[in-house]
Amino acid sequence: MRPINFLPVAAFLLIVGAFSWYLVSGEDPRVIPSPLIDKPVPEFDLPPLEAGIPGLASRDLAEGKVVLVNVFASWCAPCRIEHPFLSALAAEGVPIYGIAYKDAPEDTRAMLAELGNPYERIGVDRDGRVGIDLGVYGVPETYVVSGDGRIRHKHIGPILPANQDEIRAAIRAAGETP
Amino acid sequence: MRRMLIMLLLLAPLAAAAAVAVDETQLADPAAEAEARAIMREIRCLVCQNQSIEDSNADLARDLRQIVRQRVAAGDDAAAVKAYLVARYGDWVLLEPPFKPATLILWLFPPALFLALVAYALHRARRRRLTAPPPLDETERARLARLLDKDGDAA
Repeated sequence: MRPINFLPVAAFLLIVGAFSWYLVSGEDPRVIPSPLIDKPVPEFDLPPLEAGIPGLASRDLAEGKVVLVNVFASWCAPCRIEHPFLSALAAEGVPIYGIAYKDAPEDTRAMLAELGNPYERIGVDRDGRVGIDLGVYGVPETYVVSGDGRIRHKHIGPILPANQDEIRAAIRAAGETP
Repeated sequence: MRRMLIMLLLLAPLAAAAAVAVDETQLADPAAEAEARAIMREIRCLVCQNQSIEDSNADLARDLRQIVRQRVAAGDDAAAVKAYLVARYGDWVLLEPPFKPATLILWLFPPALFLALVAYALHRARRRRLTAPPPLDETERARLARLLDKDGDAA
């Protein structure tokens, strides 16, 4: 047989190989790469949730320090999974800013009263418009913002124990970018 | 009975179209609403992924529908509305991927493969025509004569 006769078999094996590679790579097809990476945070100004905790505006994110912006809601069950990690980061001195996404303020307050509040600032995004400007499509979402107000990393979905190193690495890397 | 069934089947897509977004504030101008709807059909619902936002009942899809309507009402054309959404969600938000350097393989591979196969088929056909078959040997000639003879008898 001439080598060209093996071409269909080779093509088939190539396709099978590519499919199985993606299958076992563990890449989540639901995670959509954000076009906002390395771009400045879009312009926004959200009112505070309650007295004592300031609201959140885009200018608060360009104050020269790395911050974590966490989009959360009381109706979001997976948000509770990452809550202890956010509290731990806050205790280590990483500023964590929250955006309460499409949530009734009294529900957000009840949730924070129950679980504790890791957020230095909380902006209330009642109608989700700021969420859309940030490209939010699955709460919770977490953004690592460098001191110049640019988004350096985005994590979609809850920060599971397996993702904690990735978030810490992104915070370190954001601190090193000039 | 059959005619009624066919009628129902023909009407089904209309019913589906009418079910979209009935509880929403639509644009007062029917032409603008139609334009907004046309854009919605090309925007992917990010939560459900393989539905357009026009098809989807997801919360985010409803929000995005309202944004498309607002942009259309503000005078944006389809390209501007899509650019607005792509800036936030990336090319993924478009159901039809755009033609650009990163998607060259995606768009050009199928026609290139087709052309290559056509070229290969033509090449083979020509080669087959050009190489004359070897002359028949003694036994083959005898068999051919027998076959032709039999044919003549049957006719």
